[in-house]
Amino acid sequence: MEWANQLCENRQFGSKMTDSKYFTTTKKGEIFELKAELNSDKKEKKKEAVKKVIASMTVGKDVSALFPDVVNCMQTDNLELKKLVYLYLMNYAKSQPDMAIMAVNTFVKDCEDANPLIRALAVRTMGCIRVDKITEYLCEPLRKCLKDEDPYVRKTAAVCVAKLHDINAQLVEDQGFLDTLKDLISDSNPMVVANAVAALSEIAESHPNSNLLDLNPQSINKLLTALNECTEWGQIFILDCLANYTPRDDRESQSICERVTPRLSHANSAVVLSAVKVLMKFMEMLPKDLDYYSTLLKKLAPPLVTLLSAEPELQYVALRNINLIVQKRPEILKHEMKVFFVKYNDPIYVKLEKLDIMIRLASQANIAQVLAELKEYATEVDVDFVRKAVRAIGRCAIKVEQSAERCVSTLLDLIQTKVNYVVQEAIVVIKDIFRKYPNKYESVIATLCENLDSLDEPEARAAMIWIVGEYAERIDNADELLESFLEGFHDESTQVQLQLLTAIVKLFLKKPTETQELVQQVLSLATQDSDNPDLRDRGYIYWRLLSTDPVAAKEVVLAEKPLISEETDLIEPTLLEELICHIGTLASVYHKPPSAFVEGSRGVMHKRLPARTGSGESTESPDVGTAAGGSAPEAAPSIIPSQGDLLGDLLNLDMAPPTTSGPPPPTTGMQMGGMDLLGGGLDSLLGGDIGGSPAMGAGFGAAPAVMPASLNAPVGGGLGDLFDLGGVGMPMGAYIPPKIVWLPAMKAKGLEISGTFARRAGVIQMELILTNKAMSVMTDFAIQFNRNSFGLAPAGPLQVLTPLGPNQTIEVSLPLSTVGPVMKMDPLNNLQVAVKNNIDVFYFSCQYPISMLFVEDGKMERQVFLATWKDIPNDNESQFQIKDCHLNSDAASSKLQGSNIFTIAKRTVEGQDMLYMSIKLSNGIWVLAELRVQAGNSNYTISLKCRAPEVSQCVFQCYEAVLKN
Amino acid sequence: MIGGLFIYNHKGEVLISRVYRDDIGRNAVDAFRVNVIHARQQVRSPVTNIARTNFFHVKRSNIWLAAVTKQNVNAAMVFEFLYKMCDVMASYFGKISEENIKNNFVLIYELLDEILDFGYPQNSETGSLKTFITQQGIKGQTKEEQSQITSQVTGQIGWRREGIKYRRNELFLDVLESVNLLMSPQGQVLSAHVSGRVVMKSYLSGMPECKFGMNDKIIIDKAGKGGVTNEAGKSTSGKQSIAIDDCTFNQCVRLSKFDSERSISFIPPDGEYELMRYRTTKDIILPFRVIPLVREVGRTKLEVKVVIKSNFKPSLLAQKIEVRIPTPLNTSGVQVICMKGKAKYKASENAIVWKIKRMAGMKESQISAEIELLPTNDKKKWARPPISMNFEVPFAPSGLKVRYLKVFESKLNYSDHDVIKWVRYIGRSGIYETRC
Repeated sequence: MEWANQLCENRQFGSKMTDSKYFTTTKKGEIFELKAELNSDKKEKKKEAVKKVIASMTVGKDVSALFPDVVNCMQTDNLELKKLVYLYLMNYAKSQPDMAIMAVNTFVKDCEDANPLIRALAVRTMGCIRVDKITEYLCEPLRKCLKDEDPYVRKTAAVCVAKLHDINAQLVEDQGFLDTLKDLISDSNPMVVANAVAALSEIAESHPNSNLLDLNPQSINKLLTALNECTEWGQIFILDCLANYTPRDDRESQSICERVTPRLSHANSAVVLSAVKVLMKFMEMLPKDLDYYSTLLKKLAPPLVTLLSAEPELQYVALRNINLIVQKRPEILKHEMKVFFVKYNDPIYVKLEKLDIMIRLASQANIAQVLAELKEYATEVDVDFVRKAVRAIGRCAIKVEQSAERCVSTLLDLIQTKVNYVVQEAIVVIKDIFRKYPNKYESVIATLCENLDSLDEPEARAAMIWIVGEYAERIDNADELLESFLEGFHDESTQVQLQLLTAIVKLFLKKPTETQELVQQVLSLATQDSDNPDLRDRGYIYWRLLSTDPVAAKEVVLAEKPLISEETDLIEPTLLEELICHIGTLASVYHKPPSAFVEGSRGVMHKRLPARTGSGESTESPDVGTAAGGSAPEAAPSIIPSQGDLLGDLLNLDMAPPTTSGPPPPTTGMQMGGMDLLGGGLDSLLGGDIGGSPAMGAGFGAAPAVMPASLNAPVGGGLGDLFDLGGVGMPMGAYIPPKIVWLPAMKAKGLEISGTFARRAGVIQMELILTNKAMSVMTDFAIQFNRNSFGLAPAGPLQVLTPLGPNQTIEVSLPLSTVGPVMKMDPLNNLQVAVKNNIDVFYFSCQYPISMLFVEDGKMERQVFLATWKDIPNDNESQFQIKDCHLNSDAASSKLQGSNIFTIAKRTVEGQDMLYMSIKLSNGIWVLAELRVQAGNSNYTISLKCRAPEVSQCVFQCYEAVLKN
Repeated sequence: MIGGLFIYNHKGEVLISRVYRDDIGRNAVDAFRVNVIHARQQVRSPVTNIARTNFFHVKRSNIWLAAVTKQNVNAAMVFEFLYKMCDVMASYFGKISEENIKNNFVLIYELLDEILDFGYPQNSETGSLKTFITQQGIKGQTKEEQSQITSQVTGQIGWRREGIKYRRNELFLDVLESVNLLMSPQGQVLSAHVSGRVVMKSYLSGMPECKFGMNDKIIIDKAGKGGVTNEAGKSTSGKQSIAIDDCTFNQCVRLSKFDSERSISFIPPDGEYELMRYRTTKDIILPFRVIPLVREVGRTKLEVKVVIKSNFKPSLLAQKIEVRIPTPLNTSGVQVICMKGKAKYKASENAIVWKIKRMAGMKESQISAEIELLPTNDKKKWARPPISMNFEVPFAPSGLKVRYLKVFESKLNYSDHDVIKWVRYIGRSGIYETRC
């Protein structure tokens, strides 16, 4: 309020009568005076008073006490006064709901006014008054206004539906306003169409599955027509709405793209970005060999560059988006490096973003220019910017091999400046350069060591320690250097502590004689005096390793490190795809999905890029789309989580981002980052641990077994056999048919399901492998069975916890119960399955081996067997031949027992073994069998007797399958 | 969509506060003040998220405009809207200053009510807004006038009203270019581009249809192939065409027509507006070349010599030339000698500013300076900011030429020949820097 008083003084000098005087009411008795003025008979005085009220309201004073007096001023033909009163009403109606009713009559009357501007004003304001009682009165006027003859009223009414929906969604649906709104999409006036689209889009956002917008080729055509005619803002609404549509095929996609491209020349950057969004999205569907595809790619670059001549705030938005676009389609801007050069006067936020993009676009062709620029930047003032520039030089070295030498010498120059943060940053990146080009630049280590004392940031300290440890054999006083760090061990950050521990162990392995004391010191510091579990665990692992098998320790700790990736800070592909669908919006600025910063239901829906359609020649596998062109990151290189991940070389299972989606994990070895410790020889150690933990009990029956995607690799590797052997606890594993493809990707929009059934420890498991061969992420998996012969039903939900990224595979095992609804199927063991994910519902059927249903207590008493055998009529007996089976009767018997087919008695008659067996199905049906095995004859004869003879065929198939595998 | 819009003065006091959505409370006003306006640090981003509320801000002189939202809005649109809001306010009451805002707060509320509905930007063309948001009330409008207003506000040609009449049909065309350069100390062009604008002032009667033509390479090549037309033949022979990297147009230009035929046709707004913007990077005429020479003499002295050369027709004159040579922070004294113009050391700006009023083409001038430095123990090296230049030249550094601007108005009785047309070219320096 200070300025209000100042103005009070100013007024005494100035003769000008301006509105600012309203801010200058005296404090004492203010409300009382205003009240009197509001009730004055003179129109002018009234208006002045209302202005004063609004001014007070603006600065945050509570003037709600004047409510009745202000509302009394509402009935006037002075539009300006009316607008002021409305403004007041919108602010205070909520706090005075009862009095707000007083205004209703005027609104209703105004909605009938002859002047369309007043009608629109009334309906616009009414929608802003969030009082339940008023909304009821609003319906009728709104209905009329939606059909008003004047487009100005209609366009205002369209937005009003969204307002009303925000207050009372049910009311809007009940009153049928949504249908009226949909009709407005075909309105003759483009602005009405645009506002209707905006309102519908907003309403649809809070009903993700309502299909409110009902986009189809006809409605899309209408929108595209309106696009040419409406205001710049309307064009944005329409383009943003179009971006939610998924064309049916590449042809439709192309025709929409053709009609959207002219928008790229619009002066409004938001129109351009929204058009870019539509194009980036629909391009996904175009076959790459299409001429139009490359034309489109070329058309995208100039408008993106032009965005950089906009005002700085917009440049920032544009750059954040370009960052995404460059990651998705690097070819678009690969020749435009120069426009991202930083200008001295750019705001810092623009500078930092430009730098990011420069690193992404750096290539052999432009590296000289880029390096020269980066060197300039490293001498600037802003600390963050300089750091980033130094880091960028390091990234260039790693990315473009030819430039490595120059980068290193540039970095050394920078270290010579002795500017503290420059030195630290340089050391951090040099560590990465060592990783990338081993045995090439070690000569600089001496220079680095000179700066040891000036390092005060954990990351730089850790990097330096890593270097000392890694090259301990070449640094004469490595032990002294490391020892000096050890003094303040407990004051260091975890990062440094862990690194120090590893480095000293490395040193010890390289120079065991002199450093025994040192290593013992660090191990005891880490294991006994630290309360950090990570540090302790690592300490123990080293300790045990060193004490049990130093040779193995050497192999593990000094193992060759995996290559480090050329690209850093890549956005994880599924997120990238989602963000591409949000180009231009806040999500694209934050590089976060909307759900990360929007409350409530809005924006929770994940958007995805469409998959390429199967038309034309694009029979290629659908995964090609990820890597578009030359320098595109080939199917996700293993991403360096961040520069700071010095722990990369040890135990970084937990540090790698869990969502990293890579190619399907190889079956052996570890996928994540640098597993030099685990990858080497610790399988057994780890295996023991994992085997014991219930979460991993894939093979242990009872617990619903889930294997999170990130654990696929280790499980598939050395630990795999652990499950197979130890898990089941039977003399011989039950027969498990090999996995077959049940649902080909072609039929299920990219989801491939293969699987088998197994019975483990009395629990029937459906073992599924889900593979995502589509371009987009799959989530929300669920499974259901149709009624079936034995009442099989999932005993729990389908546990796919992490979203399934493109090209990812996940193994799930689903425990089944046999208490579901029963319906006889043909064939008997047929199972119809429905799998749902976020994309659609898919159906397939598969046949399970009936042996899954053989229960463990299926061994009949001999007497009972005999009696039953006699009891079952001979008509129910069926005979089968099993050919080419070379087992003897004992082997066969034990094999069958693994699948719960129990041998009760054996008789040998004339060189022919007769095995009598019993089987009990999960639904209580007994099957009795007589198996005749003749020595020297590979053909077995089997007779089955059962009260439900239908099962015999299936049981026979099981015999055959079990015996032959 | 936009949930609220606040305007603050430099102290962070609220001048205007308009809330459109229920999810934005009064505390948002304070959150922005505390976290952004009163923040000690330099602004690190024009978009900030404070307590799950997102703030977009722009600054005009010392006034802050902030749009607030809790949703995933179109960020580009929000900024475009804020700029537009500034334009609209400026066209109503001139400079955006605290005083002007306070003096017009009722008007601003009225505008905010009109151009933003429930956070959705509506028609924001000042041309049509001024027909019904006047602060004088709209009494006395006939029914026809009212419906004309509404159809104009919502119509296809929202930027122009019907029934405009001038006794003299006249139009002014300004080609305004800003030429940007970043040059290495050795004289290598690191980056150079021209961003140009075609600004028109049109005073034309009725609803004229205009067609604008320039020496765009694509069009001229096209015309050259398909048998040279009379006019094109005259203007293109010998003259160069230019390659335009990209252009954007005022919303009055039919984009689909430009996309298909590359012709620029439109019904112009009345008065002044920006018809198009463009960008070129090829064959740019760099009006000046700066040759710096910096020598460090010991730790306490710098010798600087800068030569500028003008590089255009001798008959043309460049104006308002200014060369800004940065000096280190620990400068204690400067001695300057220049051949032409005036040079002064400005301690507050840490620079030597050399001004020359006029300079013809193909000339050369030189300045030399001795800079005395205070000895410091500051380890950090001087960043050596680039030498920057300002100037104005009477030609378009991109080489762009206006070939024609045709006006057709079929309903009224004036033809293209009756329209008086003026064309002017101005080239200004954008960021014109040479590293030293």
